[in-house]
Amino acid sequence: MPKEFKPGCARPTGGVVEEKGKEKAKQDEEFIKKEEKKMILIGRKAPDFTAPAYYQGKFVNLQLSEYFGKWILLCFYPGDFTFV
Amino acid sequence: MSIDSVFVHKMWNDHELSKMVKGGVPFPMLSDTGGKVGTVYGVYDDNSGVETRGRFIIDPDGIIQGFEVLTPPVGRNVSESLRQIQAFQLVRKSKGTEATPSGWKPGKMTLKPGPDLVGNVWKVWKTKMAFD
Repeated sequence: MPKEFKPGCARPTGGVVEEKGKEKAKQDEEFIKKEEKKMILIGRKAPDFTAPAYYQGKFVNLQLSEYFGKWILLCFYPGDFTFV
Repeated sequence: MSIDSVFVHKMWNDHELSKMVKGGVPFPMLSDTGGKVGTVYGVYDDNSGVETRGRFIIDPDGIIQGFEVLTPPVGRNVSESLRQIQAFQLVRKSKGTEATPSGWKPGKMTLKPGPDLVGNVWKVWKTKMAFD
């Protein structure tokens, strides 16, 4: 029977395909090692990116570096409608 | 920025956020489907497939001056983000000659680091000033 879940502040996520096996854990470890080198540091250049956005009633593509020259506050969040 | 599509951003803005803020969200709502940008910024959790509440202050040179990352159930303090930007702006304007001590707000005293200040902060800055 499907179980009811209560919506929390973490965005509802997709399905889980399989339990994490040893192979996956090993892959994760290697991935983390690689990622550590790329870890964000203060005092360093912000990684540039281009992303679609909803802005003033329109869908637009934005590049972060277009805003260099101004102060930028870049915020991430778990998902739309996540309460807080 | 979140992993939602721009269509969902539109729905959230038009049907909920525009009821809280007149005219809706005044800044771009960015979409990061797939979490590639979030991964580079260290805020994408590939177990849950979403991004945590990361907030980055980037100066006019494109340099990251500060960041804060919170788990989903705790909201940010917008005033604190603005205070930090004001502090970074002051330091930048002074070309690094001034520093903002703990608890600094606009209008409060700054410190001028140098040989004479070493060991003498206690004379000009009091602990209670961290909580004013």
